[in-house]
Amino acid sequence: MTAVISVKNISKCYQIGGLNPGYATFREFLAEAMAMPIRRLRRIQKSQKETIWALRDINFDMESGELVGLIGHNGAGKSTLLKILSRITVPTTGRTEVHGRIGSLLEVGTGFHPDLTGRENIFLNGTILGITRSEVRRKFDEIVAFSEIEKFIDTPVKWYSSGMYLRLAFSVAVHLDTEVLIMDEVLAVGDVSFQQKCLDRIHEIRNQGRTILFVSHSMAAVTRLCSRAILLEKGHLIADGPASEVVNDYLGSSWKVTSEREWTNLNDAPGNEVVRLRSVRVRDETGHTLTSIDIRRPLGVEIVYEVLQPGYTLTPKIELFNENGAHLFSAHDVGDEWRYRSRPIGLYSSTARIPGNFLAEGNMLASALLMSHIPETITHAQAINVVTFQVVDNQEKDSARGDFLGPITGMIRPLLNWTTEYHRIADEQLEEVISR
Amino acid sequence: MSAINPVASEVNEGKQNFSVRGRTPLIVNQADRPLGGLDIPGIWAYRDLLFFLTWRDIKVRYKQAAMGAAWAIIQPLGMMLIFAVFFGTFIGVPTEGTPYTLFFYCGLTPWMFFSGAITAGSVSLLNNSNLVTKVYFPRLIVPTAAVGALLIDLLITFVILIGLAAYFGMVWGWGLLVLPAMIVLTVLLALDFSIWLAALTVKYRDVRHALPFVLQLWMFLTPIVYPLSVVPQKWRWVMYLNPLTGIVEGVRSSLTGRKFNWIAISFSICIAVFALLSSIRAFQRIEKRFADLI
Repeated sequence: MTAVISVKNISKCYQIGGLNPGYATFREFLAEAMAMPIRRLRRIQKSQKETIWALRDINFDMESGELVGLIGHNGAGKSTLLKILSRITVPTTGRTEVHGRIGSLLEVGTGFHPDLTGRENIFLNGTILGITRSEVRRKFDEIVAFSEIEKFIDTPVKWYSSGMYLRLAFSVAVHLDTEVLIMDEVLAVGDVSFQQKCLDRIHEIRNQGRTILFVSHSMAAVTRLCSRAILLEKGHLIADGPASEVVNDYLGSSWKVTSEREWTNLNDAPGNEVVRLRSVRVRDETGHTLTSIDIRRPLGVEIVYEVLQPGYTLTPKIELFNENGAHLFSAHDVGDEWRYRSRPIGLYSSTARIPGNFLAEGNMLASALLMSHIPETITHAQAINVVTFQVVDNQEKDSARGDFLGPITGMIRPLLNWTTEYHRIADEQLEEVISR
Repeated sequence: MSAINPVASEVNEGKQNFSVRGRTPLIVNQADRPLGGLDIPGIWAYRDLLFFLTWRDIKVRYKQAAMGAAWAIIQPLGMMLIFAVFFGTFIGVPTEGTPYTLFFYCGLTPWMFFSGAITAGSVSLLNNSNLVTKVYFPRLIVPTAAVGALLIDLLITFVILIGLAAYFGMVWGWGLLVLPAMIVLTVLLALDFSIWLAALTVKYRDVRHALPFVLQLWMFLTPIVYPLSVVPQKWRWVMYLNPLTGIVEGVRSSLTGRKFNWIAISFSICIAVFALLSSIRAFQRIEKRFADLI
C-alpha cells in the first residue's frame, strides 16, 4: 500500500482585522503605500496582530482504499484543510501530494443555476466537478435514477422543492469517478431514507477501493463508516487513530462533559435548599464508570444527591437526548419504596437502568433532575446535558443489527421479540392464487 | 514467452504503464508554488467546463427577457440611429466619402463587443465566487467563458455590419480578407483585458465603479464617431497606443476599400500579444489567492 494522500507540514495563515483583504480598495491601497515606511519599522508587531493560523503543521498520510473521518469543532480548520487538498487555496507552508484525480464536494450543488433544467444542471455541475461531458452522458441515466426525479428532469430547478434539488445535486456528486473523494459535511442532506441511500453509496465507493476523506459532525456516521478518524482543534492535529477512540477524545475534550460529573462544593451544585446534586455517572453492570458502551450491554445512569430539608417526596428523573438533539425519552423513578414517602435528610443514590439492545448507536447526552409531584410539581434540581456516553455497535451479529451491515435508521434500536408462523395454504386455494 | 514474441510483451507493458500513469496523476499543492508557464494540458482537461460555462451564460442572459436575443440587435441599431442623426446629419462629421451610418457602425461593431466583453469579464470571477471558493478548476476558464458568451452578440452585430456594407455598396477586394483578422484581434484584446480585470476586481472592488467611466472615455478616445484623420499628425501616435484604433480603422478600410493604416494595425497586434502575456502573468500571480480574497 502506498500513500495516496500525503499531507506534509501544512499551515495556513489568514489575515484578519484592519485590512480585510476581501474589500481592499485603491484608497486603502494608497493609504497603505504611504504608511509603508512607518509600517516597515514595526512590521513584526503589526503582522502578529493581523493574522490567524487556521492550520498549523498538519501531517498525515492516507493509503489507498482508506475512509477517514475528519472531525472537530467549527473553526478547527477542517474546511481549510479540505480546500488545500482540493487545490482551491494554497497552504502558507508545506505541501500536499495526491496520487490520482480528486473529486471534491465542499458543497452540494455547486454551480447549479436556477434557470437551467435538471438535465442541463447535471451536465454543468458534472463538468464543474471535473468530469467530461461524455462521462456525464454515460452516467446520466444512473444519476437521474438515483435522484428519483425522472419526471422533472426537464423542469428548471428553481421550481424544484428543496428536497428534490438536494437529491439531484447529491446524485451528480456521488457518481464522481475519481480515485480520491473529499467531502465536507455533505451527508447531512435530504430526508432519512435518502441519507441512508447516500451512506450505502459511500460504502460502495469504499468497497471499490477508492480513498475518501470526509468531514462530519455526525459521530455515529464517523464511527460506523470510518476505520480511522483525524481530530483537529484550533488548527492543530490532536488525534489520529481508530475512529471510536478519536471520537471519544473529541467528545471528552470538546463537549466539556464526560460520563462522570461531580460537584465537590455543595453550594455550587445544581439544586435548591431542599436537595442538591452530588454527582451523576454513567456505569456499566459491574459499576464501572464508562464513556463508551457496547450496544448490547445494559447501562445505568446514577444520580447521587444530598437531601437538606426533610418532608419532601422526591422523584429522580433522567432525560436522554441523542447527538442530533432529538429527545429520546424521559424516565421517572416510580418505584414503590420512595414514591409517597417523604425523605429524611441524608445522601441518596438513584440509578436508572437502561437495557442493552435498546438505544441506537451514537452519542447520548443525559440530563438529571430531581422533582416533587406531591402536593405540586416542583423541580428542585436540574443538570441539563450533564453526562455523555457513546453507544458503539461492533457489528456482532447477536445485536438487533442481525445480518444487516448497512446503516440502521431510527432513534432507538430495540431487540424485539419476533414470531413468524407458517400457514400452509390449502391446495385448491393455492391453485386459485396461482391461476389468478 | 517473451523470447518468442518480444513485441507483444512490450506492447502489453506499455499499456499497463499507460493505464497506471494515465489514471493517477500526481497532484501537488504547495506553498510558494512556482509561477510556471500556462498549464495547457490542465486547461484542456476542462474544455467541457469552458463550453458549459459559456453556454450557461448565453442561455441565462436572455432567459427572462421578453424579447430575448433581439436585444443584441436593438442595442447597436438604436445607437447607430442616434449617432447617425446627430453626428452624421446635424454635425456633419467628415467621413472621407463613406456614408456616416456605415462609417460609425464599422467602429461600433468591434467596440460594442470589446466593451461588453470586458465589462462581463471583469466581474466574472466575483459572479462565480461560489465556484471559485468551492471547486478547483483552471480559473482562466471563468473570464474566457464570459468573453465567449458574447461571441453570439458579436456574430449578430457582424451580420448586420455586412448587411449595411452591402446596402451602402461594399467594395469587393483583397481588403476584405483583413476583416476576419480584425475580428480575431478584437476577441483577443477583449480576452486580455477581461483576464486582467477579472483578477484585479477580485483584489480591488473599485474596478467595478471605475470601469463604466473608463469605458466611456475610451470610446471617445477611439476613432469611432470621428475619423482618425481629424487628429493632428503629431498626436496620431497617442491614438495608436490605443489598440482599438487600428482595429476600427482596419474594419473600415476592409469594407470601404480605403488604404489600410498598417502602422495602427501593427500597434494593435503588438499590444494585443503583449497584453495577453502580461495579463495571464498578472492573473497567475493573484490566482492562487482568489479563494481567500473573494
